Amino acid sequence: MNGVSGPLDKLSNVALQQMRLTVRENRHYEIGNTLSRLRILLLLPLVALLGGCNFVVMNPAGDIAVQQRDLVVISTVLMLLIIVPVMALIVFFAWKYRQSNTAAKYEPDWDHSTHLELVIWAMPLLIIICLGAVTWSSTHLLDPYRRLDRIAPGNAASLNEPLQVEVVALDWKWLFFYPEYGIATVNELAAPVDRPVRFKITASSVMNSFYIPALAGQIYAMPGMETKLHAVINKAGVYDGFSANYSGAGFSGMRFKFYGVDQAGFDAWIAKAKASRDALSREAYLELEKPSENVPVRLYKEVAPDLYKAILNMCAQPGKMCMSEMMAMDAKGGLGLASARNILPLKYNISMLDGSSSTKNYVASVCTLAEAAREAADHRSTTTPIDPTPVTGAGLTRPGAAPAPFNFTPAPSPAERRASNT
Amino acid sequence: MSDTAALANTGLAKLIFGRLSFESLPFHEPILIATFAGVCLGGLALVAGLTYFRLWGYLWKEWFTSVDHKKIGIMYMVLGLVMFLRGFADALMMRAQQAMAFNGSEGFLPAHHYDQVFTAHGVIMIFFVAMPFVTGLMNYIVPLQIGARDVSFPFLNNFSFWMTTGGAILVMISLFVGEFAKTGWLAYPPLSNLGYSPDVGVDYYIWALQVAGVGTTLSGINLIATIVKMRCPGMTMMKMPVFTWTSLCTNVLIVASFPVLTACLVLLSLDRYVGTNFFTNDLGGNPMMYVNLIWIWGHPEVYILVLPVFGVFSEVTSTFSGKKLFGYTSMVYATIVITILSYLVWLHHFFTMGSGASVNSFFGITTMIISIPTGAKIFNWLFTMYRGRIRFELPMMWTIAFMLTFVIGGMTGVLLAVPPADFVLHNSLFLIAHFHNVIIGGVVFGVFAAINFWFPKAFGFKLNRFWGLVSFWCWVPGFWLAFAPLYVLGLMGVTRRLRVFDDPSLQIWFVLAALGALLIAAGIGALLVQIAYSIWKRNELRDTTGDPWNARTLEWATSSPPPDYNFAFTPVVHDNDAWYDMKSRGYQRPLQGFKPIHMPKNTGAGIILSAFATALGFALIWYMWLFAAVCFTALVAGAIYHTFNYKRDFHIPVDQVINTEAERTKLLSAQVVS
Repeated sequence: MNGVSGPLDKLSNVALQQMRLTVRENRHYEIGNTLSRLRILLLLPLVALLGGCNFVVMNPAGDIAVQQRDLVVISTVLMLLIIVPVMALIVFFAWKYRQSNTAAKYEPDWDHSTHLELVIWAMPLLIIICLGAVTWSSTHLLDPYRRLDRIAPGNAASLNEPLQVEVVALDWKWLFFYPEYGIATVNELAAPVDRPVRFKITASSVMNSFYIPALAGQIYAMPGMETKLHAVINKAGVYDGFSANYSGAGFSGMRFKFYGVDQAGFDAWIAKAKASRDALSREAYLELEKPSENVPVRLYKEVAPDLYKAILNMCAQPGKMCMSEMMAMDAKGGLGLASARNILPLKYNISMLDGSSSTKNYVASVCTLAEAAREAADHRSTTTPIDPTPVTGAGLTRPGAAPAPFNFTPAPSPAERRASNT
Repeated sequence: MSDTAALANTGLAKLIFGRLSFESLPFHEPILIATFAGVCLGGLALVAGLTYFRLWGYLWKEWFTSVDHKKIGIMYMVLGLVMFLRGFADALMMRAQQAMAFNGSEGFLPAHHYDQVFTAHGVIMIFFVAMPFVTGLMNYIVPLQIGARDVSFPFLNNFSFWMTTGGAILVMISLFVGEFAKTGWLAYPPLSNLGYSPDVGVDYYIWALQVAGVGTTLSGINLIATIVKMRCPGMTMMKMPVFTWTSLCTNVLIVASFPVLTACLVLLSLDRYVGTNFFTNDLGGNPMMYVNLIWIWGHPEVYILVLPVFGVFSEVTSTFSGKKLFGYTSMVYATIVITILSYLVWLHHFFTMGSGASVNSFFGITTMIISIPTGAKIFNWLFTMYRGRIRFELPMMWTIAFMLTFVIGGMTGVLLAVPPADFVLHNSLFLIAHFHNVIIGGVVFGVFAAINFWFPKAFGFKLNRFWGLVSFWCWVPGFWLAFAPLYVLGLMGVTRRLRVFDDPSLQIWFVLAALGALLIAAGIGALLVQIAYSIWKRNELRDTTGDPWNARTLEWATSSPPPDYNFAFTPVVHDNDAWYDMKSRGYQRPLQGFKPIHMPKNTGAGIILSAFATALGFALIWYMWLFAAVCFTALVAGAIYHTFNYKRDFHIPVDQVINTEAERTKLLSAQVVS
């Protein structure tokens, strides 16, 4: 369920390979550039009023956001081709055929013209065909899941291995992991200029949206699921990042600064985090996870192993079964009725509300944290995919693959566990 | 404190009151106390006035229990107007909060309050303002336009209205008893799950929409049956007035989409009430299912609101241009295409959820395709004006304002349909400006055009032009002043539903938007003055002809206001624009040969059953299981009992018909002499 990625992602990548052959991005970019110059002309009268404003969406600092901006401009201009004449005609007809103007022609029974009808349907159709083509290609080229193939127009040469950042939206602050450096930060993000960044994004409790307008478009941060975003920052500076999806009382304060810095500055920033006294253990994370508002920046010099993976799989709380484990078991047929007994009470409890004894539960882990870590280290055993050959017919077993014998011993129920402890 | 706690803990009190206690009343919120006191005083004054003037019996007999589609239509419009004032008060509070909360100021609304305000604003404006307005219009106009005496199921119509009102009442109760949802108007889980919204707000949301949803769905079924089965002789499908066509498509959309909303909310309530996990994060649930389901209802809902007003604009443009509607056939097909396509676009509300590029482009392109028939409609209105004689009466002015405003909203909508562009503008104030641009510029302007157009039909006198103009010139610039800054703010990357801001350069735009909202407030004030002043001066504004605008469709063939039976003889139609056709062929009103008219009888069953349903909703919100069981039993028993009521119709005696028609003859001849 690492969610929305997976097969669709692969599918779109295949489509992209083909797209790349057909679309000439550079040219596309130049058009955008000319248009954006025109746009500046259009805005001239407003300059006095807009002087102090930062139109970050129209003037971003990252290559992806720049292309998205161009798309906004291109689509608007394409549509203005038809909108402006229509608006002018509305005003002109309303004025010309006013009742007092008896000189104008009056044809009360004229209500049809095949030629006009053709034009009426064809003109919007043509615009939409153009816009549809632009949409199809740009949606694939600017797919946030797609690895960057340039860091600036015509600059694919210095394409580095992307910086990995794992993002978690908490109530109500942002947690960033830098797995290559082993550090983590709260409400502060930095990336070197011109180095691609790959964000993996999830959330701990409710839905948020990860958005740095200067860098790239937003993508939802959803609990138990992972979304991805590829982007690059081209200009050094301090930019705003925030949640763009309402998530509860502390939502307004869910903001952070994003630093685009040169390599030396980035190294210094990493060093600063490394010099911090705090470490993000599981316990520290569980404390951090609790709702809090307007949280100041925090840096962590080290992070508990696989913490991000645990958050993503909703098993940061010890004793909770990870969703990846659950899905692996389900893929093999599940635990059957035994699984109904393998639950423990959840921290959010209905009984708090009405005093009744009914409780909400979660699935208890069948192995300890250490076992899970060992399992995770031994990569082959958890990630070996199921036989990838396509199924040939409904309900048929895969050719040549005898179903693996399933011998899993269900975990003892909480009651049994308690009994064996005493 | 300890006393109440002790009381709450006793089993009996809990069985009766559930989780309702004295703490549920907002004694600690001064704004709410003041509002509550105001509402109580106003309500007391109203009750006292009604009692003093002995109007209770009149209201009950002539309005509340009425199955007359015209009266129900008017009651829908009154409901919409009352809720509009509430929803707009929420809007003013939001604008004030956002204009204030800079430079360290927290504004005047804490998160607990502000989050309820924006949720209530959205819910009220869509479900209890826009929906009653368009349903009211369809109820009033459609039977008259097709030459029918009432809708197919008159009792059901009354019941539908009271269910919608029941939902509205639940939302209003939440203001003073407990609280409303703090989740945004679509209540996305996991935020709306019990874990993150443990209080009664989301339950109010669920049950208000479920109760009102029953009304909306039944009203949809009713109007489809009416349009399909009750057209007068000669009115083939392709001779129906465009407003009736758009109403038909709207009601098809209602019947096909509201059950999705109902199912979606049922699943959410199962999650909240019995601990299932449809939309939880773990235990196999998935909140993305909710988002998909609710938008599968939600996008058609947009067209449910806007299609009827497209019909209104068609009637208005054709009438005030003194011309047949240009391209009737393509208008009808455009409406049908929009109806179908509106089911293929829902995912554009969440491109940012991470679907693959192919899925996103598919939904982006289908969304753009909708703009083709919509564009064709705009052109059709344009060429209806071409070579016409345009009279700039109020309805026509609203129509021109709509056309100029709506094309901009349409353009920004198509822009948002380009997925990568949506990534930078999604959930921003640009999006807010866009959908207010189409909903205010489309639906609200259309409703005002319709009110000014059909008011003389409904009440027998026109609305005052001066105050109408004041309202118009406050509303249209007010709209642009309120929402153009939001477009600008969206391009500055400002997101929606924020309560406080830290960038002081944004403040000026929020202040401008707040001024725009004040201008709109003046427009709403002028509208109320317009109505009151017109009632006062009704004798000067009287319409004795039944056709004050020289209009074209059948509703103008009868008197203003129409008699209970609408038409003494069922009209026969030969052409589009039936009334225009009748006038141009020298139609003579029949003066004799009247017969008794078979009519449906009023019944109190609708209001009583809806009261039980609303009480059931209230009981479920507060976990009052005993009371809920009583209400449920009463509801079912009442519905069954009502099926044994066989006295559902009566005949208007022929003398009464003759008298009514004779009076109209007298009026008309006086008209000719003078």
